[in-house]
Amino acid sequence: MSEQISHHIPDAIMAAYVAGNLPRPFALVVASHVSMCDECRANLLAHQAAGGAVLEGMAEEKLSGGMRDRVMGALDDAIDVEPEPASRQGIYPGPVVDALSGKPPKWKKLGGGVRQCILDMGNEGSARLLYIPAGRPVPEHSHGGLELTMVLQGGFSDSTGHFDVGDVEVATDDLEHVPMADEGEDCICLAATDAPLRFSAFVPRILQPFFAI
Amino acid sequence: METVEKARHVATKADQKAYSEQTLWMLAIRDNRDKRAFGLLFDHFAPRLKGFVIRAGAPAGQAEDIVQDVMLSVWRKAHLYDPERAQVSSWIYQVARNRQIDIIRKEGRPMPEALKAEAEETEPDAGQVLALEQETDVLRDALDRLNPDQRDMIEKAYLGELTHSDIAEATGLPLGTIKSRIRLGLERLRHELKDLR
Ligand SMILES: [Zn+2]
Repeated sequence: MSEQISHHIPDAIMAAYVAGNLPRPFALVVASHVSMCDECRANLLAHQAAGGAVLEGMAEEKLSGGMRDRVMGALDDAIDVEPEPASRQGIYPGPVVDALSGKPPKWKKLGGGVRQCILDMGNEGSARLLYIPAGRPVPEHSHGGLELTMVLQGGFSDSTGHFDVGDVEVATDDLEHVPMADEGEDCICLAATDAPLRFSAFVPRILQPFFAI
Repeated sequence: METVEKARHVATKADQKAYSEQTLWMLAIRDNRDKRAFGLLFDHFAPRLKGFVIRAGAPAGQAEDIVQDVMLSVWRKAHLYDPERAQVSSWIYQVARNRQIDIIRKEGRPMPEALKAEAEETEPDAGQVLALEQETDVLRDALDRLNPDQRDMIEKAYLGELTHSDIAEATGLPLGTIKSRIRLGLERLRHELKDLR
């Protein structure tokens, strides 16, 4: 599966992910891609190693007396076991399964056969699943800053290239793109933006608040 | 075939003696819940972690609470430590960043799927562990040789002080140089990851 992935996570985004400073919607895309892409998993480990070298080189701060004993004394405390990350279900990588709370997506119609399912919406941006019928364009939209789109089923093309299952398109605000779903299989994508995504083609702007897009 | 496997296994046992102190501590914690080893790990990392979380913006009054939380997470999540994939400092770095963010945001962040083999694996491949340790040492030296401005930028990036666009736009940020040092070992690892599926 990962053989055919040709569009990966850029270094700056991976470094921010590792450092925990990537907005949550993008972190969902990175975690999903890494789940499917060994090259990016290795790259993530390389960034962790760089972080480890920074930690190792930090100036030591003196600990207050009693802290060591406190920690050693707490080793046997009973704790709640944290749930492990979910595993893949069908076309959905584990992190998406977690975002869906293990349930199938609840699609909402956007018009033109396009459907969406919002996974995460907050002041850091939004993440959603998009369902685009085969051979149809992704609704024309504008986004404030960065947009990451990962293909989960089918594929799409735009002026920058062709994107297959596992591929991630990195679009900045100066990219005007009209992605077109491949013929054949309907296309399902995971899309994240750091600003509310606004579609202009199918839904009048005045209705957008009702669709939460 | 069988003899080759056997020879490899014997070599593995011998090579383990060459593991770094940190790796041995962490394996003893993971496999034997060794509190003495944890004490040694604590003495090495806790003062650095305190410096780290203060640099990453924790108020001085909260810093030790976070360090305590991170060190207890290290103890409790030790079963997830895999010396073939991460050197101890890399692994603790990630635990520390995740905990610091969970505490601030009060919510977990999206994590990649665990590799299936992680759970089943018993004997690590000593060659891979040692290679990763060596590459990590080289990486540390490379970091030490950076000029102060570059080093400051790298620290800021991994302390979570820079956004992805800051990192992308930073000129003279030797991210590639730093990372290529460890790339070789990870290329090997990538091929092994492929075999694990
Ligand atoms: Zn990738």
